Amino acid sequence: MSRQSNRTTESKKMNSELFTLTYGALVTQLCKDYENDEEVNKQLDKMGYNIGVRLIEDFLARSSVGRCHDFRETADVIAKVAFKMYLGITPSVTNWSPAGDEFSLILESNPLVDFVELPDNHSNLVYSNLLCGVLRGALEMVQMAVDVRFAQDTLRGDNVTEIRMKFIKRIEENLPAGDE
Amino acid sequence: MVAKRQERRLVKQRGSSSVFFRTTGLKKRRKMDTRFTRGKSAILERSLTRPKTEVSVSAFALLFSEMVQYCQSRVYSVSELQARLADLGQGVGASLLDVLVLREKNGKRETKVLNILLFIKVSVWKALFGKEADKLEQANDDDKTYYIIEKEPLINAFISVPKENSTLNCAAFTAGIVEAILTHSGFSAKVTAHWHKGTTLMIKFDEAVITRDKALDGR
Repeated sequence: MSRQSNRTTESKKMNSELFTLTYGALVTQLCKDYENDEEVNKQLDKMGYNIGVRLIEDFLARSSVGRCHDFRETADVIAKVAFKMYLGITPSVTNWSPAGDEFSLILESNPLVDFVELPDNHSNLVYSNLLCGVLRGALEMVQMAVDVRFAQDTLRGDNVTEIRMKFIKRIEENLPAGDE
Repeated sequence: MVAKRQERRLVKQRGSSSVFFRTTGLKKRRKMDTRFTRGKSAILERSLTRPKTEVSVSAFALLFSEMVQYCQSRVYSVSELQARLADLGQGVGASLLDVLVLREKNGKRETKVLNILLFIKVSVWKALFGKEADKLEQANDDDKTYYIIEKEPLINAFISVPKENSTLNCAAFTAGIVEAILTHSGFSAKVTAHWHKGTTLMIKFDEAVITRDKALDGR
């Protein structure tokens, strides 16, 4: 009980520079370890996925948001609550597809890429690909299969950073036998 | 495996390079040119003293955890793992030193051992962890050895070390940061992380550094 009362919903904050530089060190290491950018992108996505799978629990515990009724609500929660909570930024949600199953997150600033400049020989590297993995992993844990990719990136000379998310399907819950 | 393959390729290239030296040299120069003639990247225009931005500690903890797991998947022993983490830390330290010196010291660098240690204890720690380090001590019997002691380092806050690897201290990452800052400031040193009074970073300066410091004192 005492533990519960100690627990604050406000998560602790830290200076973003250590985070940024640590991520940079990780990407640099991956570029040394793998032969091409595609492999690095894949690895970043995988690590992001692992993070997302664990992060969703932390998120639900702290944010006390309930179940989302539709994909639009999900988009709003991701942009206004999740990004704000973890990265201290609030991307805008735009470019909805007519069917309402696809949208873009526009990031005005991206804490992962402070201090970063891509060298010429890494033109295929999606530097912040970790984020895609995180979103995919986290949503999978709430029964949503989504496709996430970077559509634009300021690092590659685009004006904004745009993450495109597409809803694929609801994942049916498979309850283990004997469970309610 | 991959690294080895790359190495071999490098060796091959090097082996055949002598004949083509001139052309590659030219090519290289042309490549440099595009780098410098290309429009100035936006990153250079930005001020170094930006408003402080913050991220959640959870986000960092999860990222760091992935990093440790990644490193672990590529090594066979605790000491190798710590070496890899320290390597990653070195990258962070090197970049951080430049930005901190410009931002807080007006570009002036420290020349004395004690001052650089205080710089680490105060400025570096504040930039990284939002607080000063708990303690800075010198070894009783050795003028080359110093300790930075942190009771509950942020890095280790969410890490529980398995019993069979009880010597593992992921603050090896911080040790790497500190080592890079010292080395790049001209104070060659070896920094290691240990479980002692919380976490202790042991800094062992090169003999030459201490000798130089004493000579400076004598003036």
